[in-house]
Amino acid sequence: MTAEKPRVALFVTCLVDLMRPEIGFSTLKLLEHADCEVIVPEGQTCCGQPAYNAGDRRTAHQLAVRVLAQIEGFDYVVIPSGSCAGMIKVHYLDLFVNDPEMKRRMGDLIPKLFELTDFLANVVKVETIPGKIDGQVTYHDSCSGLRELGISAQPRALLEKIPGLKLVEMKNCQSCCGFGGAFSLKYGNVSAAIVDDKVNNIHATGAQAVVLGDLGCMLNIEGRLRRLGDERTQVLHIAQVLAGDVASGSQ
Amino acid sequence: MRVQSMHFQARAGEKLADTRLQKNLKKLAEKFVSARATVMQEIDYEATRQAAVERRNRVLDRLDVWIEIFEQNAKARGATVLFAETPAQASELVVEIAKRHDVKRVTKSKSMVSEEMALNAALEAAGVESVETDLGEYILQINDNEPPSHIIAPVIHKDKEEVSDLFSRVHQKPKLTDIGELTREAREALRPKFLSSDMGVTGGNFLIAETGSVAIVTNEGNEGMCTVMPRVHVAVTGIEKILPTFEDFATMVRLLTRSATGQSISNYISLLTGVRAPGEPDGPDHMYVVLVDGGRSSLLGSEFQEMLRCIRCGACMNHCPVYQKIGGHAYGWVYPGPMGSVLTPSYVGLENALDLPQAATMCGECHVVCPVAIPLPNLLRKLRERQFDRHLRPTAERFLMAAWGFVAVRPNLYALLTTISNRFLRSLGRNKGRIQHLSMVKDWTDFRDLPTPAMKTFRELYADRVARTDSATSGGPR
Repeated sequence: MTAEKPRVALFVTCLVDLMRPEIGFSTLKLLEHADCEVIVPEGQTCCGQPAYNAGDRRTAHQLAVRVLAQIEGFDYVVIPSGSCAGMIKVHYLDLFVNDPEMKRRMGDLIPKLFELTDFLANVVKVETIPGKIDGQVTYHDSCSGLRELGISAQPRALLEKIPGLKLVEMKNCQSCCGFGGAFSLKYGNVSAAIVDDKVNNIHATGAQAVVLGDLGCMLNIEGRLRRLGDERTQVLHIAQVLAGDVASGSQ
Repeated sequence: MRVQSMHFQARAGEKLADTRLQKNLKKLAEKFVSARATVMQEIDYEATRQAAVERRNRVLDRLDVWIEIFEQNAKARGATVLFAETPAQASELVVEIAKRHDVKRVTKSKSMVSEEMALNAALEAAGVESVETDLGEYILQINDNEPPSHIIAPVIHKDKEEVSDLFSRVHQKPKLTDIGELTREAREALRPKFLSSDMGVTGGNFLIAETGSVAIVTNEGNEGMCTVMPRVHVAVTGIEKILPTFEDFATMVRLLTRSATGQSISNYISLLTGVRAPGEPDGPDHMYVVLVDGGRSSLLGSEFQEMLRCIRCGACMNHCPVYQKIGGHAYGWVYPGPMGSVLTPSYVGLENALDLPQAATMCGECHVVCPVAIPLPNLLRKLRERQFDRHLRPTAERFLMAAWGFVAVRPNLYALLTTISNRFLRSLGRNKGRIQHLSMVKDWTDFRDLPTPAMKTFRELYADRVARTDSATSGGPR
């Protein structure tokens, strides 16, 4: 009798779903490589964070109720995003503050919900990584993942397992990239000034790619790099790098 | 201080374009951040912080009791304790005190509450000269009463050259460039004022209830000149600054100086208790403590009560990516940065500071460095909730959020609409895979390319894959 594989629900996130589905497939590949049975709950849309941060609790609550129902009952839930994982793991309890039954269900879910690199490094404790990349990369610590979930050592430990990859830390790798969700759409000039610092710090490392764990940061940093005329520096989600799904040329 | 927070957007734009300011802000960001990080290693930050949180919460839980105890003990040592509901009333009280004691000249140590009070203007209107003696505040005063841009380093937005030009113009002296020489020139201008001052006005970092003392934490030496020499001393501060004991104060000081300026301890810490007693060599004949409410009591018992733990260290603004880019003046009132973005709407009205809770990336660094663990991002979000509920956000935004929410809970509708919008956006991107102008998201595309969405969503592609796997595994030999 073979041991039962853990049943892992994959919550892909709205931005991965709409903008970069390949990251979802990289995540899938990594979870299967880690010997998990992966289920993609149907009808996924969004964790509700945009509404929550806009102050629209009602919409956020509606979405939270749906998401909880979709992702509970599995051995684990894995999410390729620090901000979405943080929204569910940390802030859903605020949305359900007056609902003891929902809080109870969250109590069951929270210990099983993980951001991708945290899951791979600390739960599955993967020894080998399918990815292979030759060259120098730098890593950007996304704010929610870092400060809400403590994601910092995990992606670095995983990148270290890739032969041929050299990780060069940038100055202020933990500083915000300036995305901030709707902030980038309301205070574009301030947002751009902040991302310029991040771009300068990336360039100063000489790395051919910046690796990160969140789509918001990804779109923001890539968008600014390209507008500044940099077509060379790749902006990669850590799932793609770890899964070996990175094109050798520029993205 | 007049509220200018409604001009945030315009001012932020000006500040970003000010290359001189940008250079000065860059220095601030690097210096204050690294200085704090270095000295914080001297203590157990998390444990000390936890102790500070408990001690501050203890005060706020029964603030009325601790204020009474402070008042009793201060009175027993000859001080008069006065209460002002509004900053304007506090100014009236101070002007009255000045008149009562025939005061012609006031020397002032730095006080942010006195900025809330617009105290200098009130004194000047009553014919009393009020001289700022903190070097930064002095620089601002002689520059046509320019407001401070930081709660600890009021003139951090200026560089040495700007001060050098200003001194030469106002002091009518040859231009100096050496900082030591510039400081000496300021000291020479201020010394006669100190020596002829009738009344010293200061703030109060904390008020110690068990002895009725005012605790003042400074670096420059001007505070002592204002509190020990003049015949009258008035300390103005917020009602939330009470601490029960010196133990509490010791805990706060450990965190305050390290968080504010990266100092293990400041150059001076004064504990001022009452008037000069018979036989004592110095101290004022008369001492007043003016406790200002200014909206603080309205936060007690509310979901914003935690904001009252604030010890005015400035760490949050030093570490804020937004403040680091626009400086303090864009926030438009006394308190800038993250703490200012909570206090300004709370004290001057949400409708007068609509941008402040919104102009944050919610990165969380302010909360990480706050020595009393104020959940600033959560408080900013709660202000956003208030704005949303009170319909203070643009109608288009409310509508879009509601529409998106409606769609997002209906997966089939969501799938249909996102397919359509994805196709539309891809067509805008032509074959380049990116959009460079989209007026609907002008704030994005003015500065960044917008990568176009995927041809097919993950859901569609995954459904395709499942369908392929099913048809591959069903029927037919392998």
